[in-house]
Amino acid sequence: MTLEFFIGHINYWLFIVLMMTGFYIVVACGNLVKKVVGLNIFQVAVFMLYISISKVTGGTAPIFPIDRMGKIKADPEIVYSNPLPHVLILTAIVVGIATTSLALALIVRIREAYNTIEEDDILEIDARTARAENIIHGEAMGGRA
Amino acid sequence: MATASETPHIALTLRDHLPILQVLIPLCVAPLIVLLGGRRMAWGLAFLASALSLVVSFLLMMQVMDGSFISYHLGGWAPPVGIEYRIDAANAFVLFLISLTATLVVPFALRSVADEIPARSHTLFYACFTLVLTGLLGVVATGDAFNVFVFLEISSLSTYVLVSQGLYRDKRALSAAYDYLIMGTIGATFFVIGIGFLYMTTGTLNMADMAERLVGQGDNRTVQAAFAFIVVGMGLKVAIYPLHLWLPAAYNYAPSAVTVFLAATSTKAAVYVLLRFMFSVFQPEFVFDTNLLLWILAPFALLAMFAASLIAVFQTNFKRMLAYSSIAQIGYMLLGISLFSVTGLSATMVHLFNHGITKAALFMAVGALVLRSGNTFYDRIEGMGRVMPLTGAAVVLGGLSLIGVPGTAGFISKWVLVQAAFEADLWWIALLIVASSLLAVIYMWRVIEVLYLHTPHPEAIHKEAPLSMVIPMWIAAGACVWFGIDTSLTMGAANTAAIGLMGGTDGMALTPTVGGLLGNGH
Repeated sequence: MTLEFFIGHINYWLFIVLMMTGFYIVVACGNLVKKVVGLNIFQVAVFMLYISISKVTGGTAPIFPIDRMGKIKADPEIVYSNPLPHVLILTAIVVGIATTSLALALIVRIREAYNTIEEDDILEIDARTARAENIIHGEAMGGRA
Repeated sequence: MATASETPHIALTLRDHLPILQVLIPLCVAPLIVLLGGRRMAWGLAFLASALSLVVSFLLMMQVMDGSFISYHLGGWAPPVGIEYRIDAANAFVLFLISLTATLVVPFALRSVADEIPARSHTLFYACFTLVLTGLLGVVATGDAFNVFVFLEISSLSTYVLVSQGLYRDKRALSAAYDYLIMGTIGATFFVIGIGFLYMTTGTLNMADMAERLVGQGDNRTVQAAFAFIVVGMGLKVAIYPLHLWLPAAYNYAPSAVTVFLAATSTKAAVYVLLRFMFSVFQPEFVFDTNLLLWILAPFALLAMFAASLIAVFQTNFKRMLAYSSIAQIGYMLLGISLFSVTGLSATMVHLFNHGITKAALFMAVGALVLRSGNTFYDRIEGMGRVMPLTGAAVVLGGLSLIGVPGTAGFISKWVLVQAAFEADLWWIALLIVASSLLAVIYMWRVIEVLYLHTPHPEAIHKEAPLSMVIPMWIAAGACVWFGIDTSLTMGAANTAAIGLMGGTDGMALTPTVGGLLGNGH
């Protein structure tokens, strides 16, 4: 692997770094908001992958010049970048925003119901509720939960 | 049957537009529900949307039952440049299951939702429900890889909202919805990375075109990475055994009507996408070469069948027990895929449908029990089978189908699965299928014992569930028996679908009129 190869693919290396950073935050962070932040970084990394795919060396924005009559005059000399992944990523950004806002809305409700946004505390409260339920309902059945 | 491609700019009849109407009807109804506001109106519109999609999906299924396919070009743009909706036996069958379940769930939801969710949220509840329906139908109908992702997120995001609506009964619905959101989004993002890699290699998003360009690309490491990302990403949505962690909580704490719909459709749609990508986009040979199926998928499938069934045995809550049983049943579907034969895939397809209607019947019974007993812990539903004879009988029928007793739908799928195992000379797998069915006997018997052999709990309301719940429940329970005896519809569709899927690229042939219209990335 030469240095040139490494630098030439810098987008892709950064994509991997960003993706894994985001993924790690989602998995390792106990704070629900920080998890959403991680999720966002994770998704943004994918946007970067798509944009990198669409880049053509020396390519310009894919906007065709128009002549005076308003007709499209495509110049075969000009190299254009691929517009499709950009469009896809616009959609993906919208999806990402929707996911983030929904997650934050859920966190607000979780805060109201649990009075905490730390995963450990929530898990403990849930486990305590489950234990209490098992004692009430499990013993009534004479079985184990 | 490439109707649109030959005459792209000539007015088409309504019949030609069925593939897009399938998705468009619920998509248009969802904002309409929000705009019109009223609660009764919301329910009526949701019912109208699901009933219409049922009609559309039935018409579509009748058109493709002979193994042909319909290619619908969105906006008259021919694939691979335009977005294509492609209906063949495999997805028409799943479309039918999804819209059938929706049509049953909406009437059921009328009382169940009124009981479990405060009135002010009803309008938005039905709007979200219609959006889930839109998303699932879109995921299944489309022939465009990126479209799958978009519809997947439409359905998933609205599903998270629906799951969280269980918070009025138990606040754990919120953490369940949050966990589902995190895992679901990771799954979807993995999936979209996979599609990115595929686009990198093929320069197209049309599945049929992709399939054609992937032939002989088995050694390409980008393609292999794409495959891994897509399988893991979809695996999260399917709840393949080690990726199932979101499922029990989400099913357990979601409102009853939502659980019915989720259990019967959302994992099934994901199984379909997995099948479509494994067999149609990637070639069957590619999948086989990577040894994924027998050495990775089958052990997890077997593990799911036993571990999840064992956990189900020790539950004290009917609803939670059924959630674990769902994970086990997904194991059967994966096992069918991993046997890698037409019979195995038929088993998967037919189990997908049969398990859908079985779980719909059972979870509707759960909803009826929640309405009368407050919750479904075994000590609360004791003896309810005696005071709610119709609900109790539906549980018995659904349970028999879950176990796989002859004469029920569940038997058909397990029979085909056992057949597939013998065909592959794996008799021990056949034995394991039977053994795990015995676990189903244990967990279903516990419920039936609780329902019938005890005196009813004094705090429960001793009354049969309202007709609006009993009728959909019995249609689903009746379907369990009907499709256990008359298998021509289900097995016919499943077989045609399996042959199409095993055909690889042949099953995904491009329409003859297109080609050479490709925009490559580099």
